[in-house]
Amino acid sequence: MRRIFTPLAALLLLAAPVLADEAVTTFTLDNGMMVVVVEDHRAPVVQQMVWYRAGSADEPVGESGVAHFLEHLLFKGTDTMAPGELSATVAANGGNDNAFTSYDYTAYFQRVAADRLGLMMKMESDRMVNLRLSEPDIVTERNVILEERNQRTDNDPRALFGEQMNAVQYLNHRYGTPVIGWRHEMEELSLEDALSFYHTYYAPNNAILVVSGDVQPGDVKALAEQYYGPLPANPDLPPRYRTQEPPQTAARRLTFKDARVAQPYVSRSYLAPERNPGEQQQAAALTLLAELLGGGTTSFLTEKLQFDTQTAVYSGAFYSGTSLDKTTFDLLVVPAPGVSLQQAEDAMDEALAAFLEKGVDAGMLDRIKMQLRAAQIYERDAVSSIGNRYGRALAVGLTVEDVQNWPDVLQAVTADDIMAAARAVFRPESSVTGWLMRGTEDTQ
Amino acid sequence: MIRFALTLATLLAALPAWAEVRIQQVTSPGGITAWLVEEHSIPFTALEIGFQGGTSLDAPGKRGAIYLMTALLEEGAADRDARAFAREVEGLAASFGYEASDDSVDISARFLTENRDQAVDLLRSSIHQPRFDQDAVDRVRAQVLSGLASDLKDPRDIGARAFEAMAFGDHPYGSDGKGTIESVTALTRDDILAAHRGVFARDRMFVSAVGDITPEELGRLADELLGDLPATGAPLPPKADVTIAGGVTVIPFDTPQSVAVFGQKGIDRDDPDFFAAYVFNQILGAGGFESRLMTEVREKRGLTYGVYSYLAPKDLASVYMGSVASGNATMAEAVKVIREEWQKLADKGVTEKELADAKTYLTGAYPLRFDSNAHIAEILAGMQMQRLPPDYITNRNDYVNAVTLDDANRVARELLDPSNLHFNVVGRPDGLETTAGN
Repeated sequence: MRRIFTPLAALLLLAAPVLADEAVTTFTLDNGMMVVVVEDHRAPVVQQMVWYRAGSADEPVGESGVAHFLEHLLFKGTDTMAPGELSATVAANGGNDNAFTSYDYTAYFQRVAADRLGLMMKMESDRMVNLRLSEPDIVTERNVILEERNQRTDNDPRALFGEQMNAVQYLNHRYGTPVIGWRHEMEELSLEDALSFYHTYYAPNNAILVVSGDVQPGDVKALAEQYYGPLPANPDLPPRYRTQEPPQTAARRLTFKDARVAQPYVSRSYLAPERNPGEQQQAAALTLLAELLGGGTTSFLTEKLQFDTQTAVYSGAFYSGTSLDKTTFDLLVVPAPGVSLQQAEDAMDEALAAFLEKGVDAGMLDRIKMQLRAAQIYERDAVSSIGNRYGRALAVGLTVEDVQNWPDVLQAVTADDIMAAARAVFRPESSVTGWLMRGTEDTQ
Repeated sequence: MIRFALTLATLLAALPAWAEVRIQQVTSPGGITAWLVEEHSIPFTALEIGFQGGTSLDAPGKRGAIYLMTALLEEGAADRDARAFAREVEGLAASFGYEASDDSVDISARFLTENRDQAVDLLRSSIHQPRFDQDAVDRVRAQVLSGLASDLKDPRDIGARAFEAMAFGDHPYGSDGKGTIESVTALTRDDILAAHRGVFARDRMFVSAVGDITPEELGRLADELLGDLPATGAPLPPKADVTIAGGVTVIPFDTPQSVAVFGQKGIDRDDPDFFAAYVFNQILGAGGFESRLMTEVREKRGLTYGVYSYLAPKDLASVYMGSVASGNATMAEAVKVIREEWQKLADKGVTEKELADAKTYLTGAYPLRFDSNAHIAEILAGMQMQRLPPDYITNRNDYVNAVTLDDANRVARELLDPSNLHFNVVGRPDGLETTAGN
C-alpha cells in the first residue's frame, strides 16, 4: 500500500487555479430578490432557476401537499400565457424545464441556449405574480399528484416505511409530514388552498434567482432588473416560524410489514443539528462523520459489518445539513442471508460503540478531505450543481458567505470535533429504529 | 396576445446553441485509436472506455457472470485487496465506474491531472489484474442476489422482464443481464475469470477522453492502459428475432398502482428511416409535457404522473417501447387511450406544426447534451460504438431537419403497428384481462 500519494496530492491541490466559487457573482434587486450568477463559458448554454423560500414544512396544518400541488399548477397559465405554454415555449426553443419541491423550498428551472435567457425570465417572472387557475385544472392535476404519490410512495414499501420513520422522528415539526402530502389531505386540496399558498409565499422578496452557464453577471443583472425588478415585494411575507421539536426523551421503535418487501433491513435515525448562518462547524463534523462511518468500501460500518463479519450485504450512513430546522443523521443496515434484523441491529450498535471507543482513523480523514478539495475542481465541470448548491443553501436561510466558507469549514474539522459531534448526535432518546419486514415475518 | 410569445419564440429558435466539439482522432504508438476533446481549463480528465458485447456475451448457463465480474473489478487488483484498492482511489480523489449493460461493458474514469499517472496505474490493474478473491465474489454476489430478490417484487422490473422474455425469447436480450437467483448462485470463480477473458479485448474496444490531456499523453495512456489486452474476445451472439403479438398480459401483483410496459417491433439505428421515426416519436411520447401521450393521458385526464414511448435500437435487435403507471381503477382507460394514440398517429400522421416544433426542440436540445467533460466523453464512446463518424455531431441536426412531413407520416404508417402492440400490465387493474393467444 503506497501512502505517499495522499500527502503529495494534497499539497499539489492547494496550488490549483480558479476554485469553483470564483466563478460566482451575487447581488440583490431593490425588491429583495437575491440573484446568484455562476459563469461557465465552455458551452453557450444557460440554466435559470428560481427558488422560493417556501416548501412543504411551511404549509398550513391539514393541507399537506399543497406546496407541491402548487408547483404543478404553476405550469397551468397566467393572464398572458395559456396552460402549458411556458413548457411548450421552452421546448420550442430547444430547452428543458421542470420543477421540484422539498420541505424548505420549491424551485423551477429551465435549461436552454444562453441567448434565450430573457425569454425565460419574462415567463418565469410572469408566473411569479400572474397565475390564473380554473376548477378543471384543479381536479385533473390533483389526480396527477395522487398518481405521483402512488408511483413514488404507495407502490414502494421502502418509501412507505421511510414516511413512517419520519413521522415518528418528528414529534411536533412539519418535517414529519411527507412533502407529497398524506393521501387523505391531498384528496381535499382546493383551488383556494393553492392560491392562498401562492399569494402568501410567491414574491420577489421570497425568491432567489440562480443563473448558471454562458452569461456575464452584468447582462444577467440588466435582464433581472427588467423582468423581475418591477415586481413589488410582498410586505406581508410571514416570518418562517415553524413549530419546533420539544426535547425528545424516548427512543422510538417501529416495524413495518409489507408483502412486497423482498429484502428486509434496519433503519435508524437520530435528530441532528443543521447548518446555521455563521455556525456550520457541527454540521461539517457530522458531514465527515457520515463519510467515516458509512460512506463506502473503506468506512467503519462497512469494515465491521461486511468485511470483518458477513453481517450485512450493505450498510451506510447519511447526513445532509442543508436544512432550515433540525435534520436527521441516518444509518442503514441490510442484513446478509440468515442474519436476523435483531442481529443486524445489535451488530450496528456494537459497531457504533466500537467507533466511539476507537476514534477517527487519521488516514481516512485525510483521504476524505482530499476528496472534498478535489470536488471543488470536478464541480467546475457541472456548474448547474454549483448553482443548485447556492440555491438550496440560500433557500434554507444560509448566506452567500456561509456557502463560500463551507469548504474551509469542512477542511478545518478535527478528529476531536467529529467525535464530539458523534457523541452528541447518537442519543438513544432522540432516535427512531425501524425494521422493514416481509409481510409474513415474525418480529422475532 | 397569448400566442404572441410563442410565435416570437419559434422565430428566434432558428439558431440553436452550439459549442464546437473539436474531436481529434488519436492513434497511439501501439495502434489504439481514441477520440479526444482537449479542454485544459479544468485540471482533470474524463476517460470513457467501452467494450462492445456486454452481458449478451454470457456463456450458456452462466447468466449474470459478466454483470458480477464487472461489479468485482473495483474489489481488489494486483497486490491490493478490495479495501486497499478503495483507499488508494480515495487518496487520489479519482473515481472509476464499471458498468455492464446488454451491449457493452463501460468504464468511466475521472482523475486529476496532478496524479494522472498513479490513477491510470490503478485503473490498469483493475482491468488487467482483478483478483476476484473468493470472499469478494461471495460478498458482491450476495449484493446482486439481494437486488434480484427485490426486482422480483418490483412491478416495474416484473413488467420489464416479462416484456423482454416475450420479445426476445431465448436470446440473451430475453433475460436480465444481472442473471437469475439460480444462475448467479451457481457461478464459480472460474466462471468470473472466463467472463473477464471474454469481455476485455481490443477488437471491439472504444476509447474517448475529454479534458486536460494532450494527444501525445492520451496515446501513451491508452497504450499503457489497454495495449496488453488480447486481440479478440468472446464471439458476439447472433441477431435476435423480435416476436411480439398484440394484446394484453396481466401479471397479478397486489399493489395500488398498476405498471404497464408496452411495446412492438422497432427500427434499427442505421435504418435510413431512423430519423423520421425519431422525430415522430418525439411527437408521440418522447417529449416532456408536450407529447401527445402526456397531453392525452396526463394533462387532459389525470390518469398518470408520467407516460413515455421510446425507440430502443440495440445492437442485435430493435424494439419500440413505452411505459405508464396508473391506479388499478384507471389503468384500463390509460391503455385504451395509448392504443388510440398509436392508431391515430399511424392513420393520420403528424401535422406540419407538430413536425416543426419537434425539429426545433430536437435540434435545440442536442447541443445541450455536450455540457460537461464527462458527458462528452460518454457521447463520443457511444458514437464510436455505433460506428458514427466524428462529424456526425456537426451533421446530426441536418438529419433531423431533413425529415419531411411525408417521411414522418410514411414511416409512422409503416412502423406503428397497433395490432401488434403488446401491454404487460403488473398489478390488479380493473377491467383488464390477459387476451387470448398469450
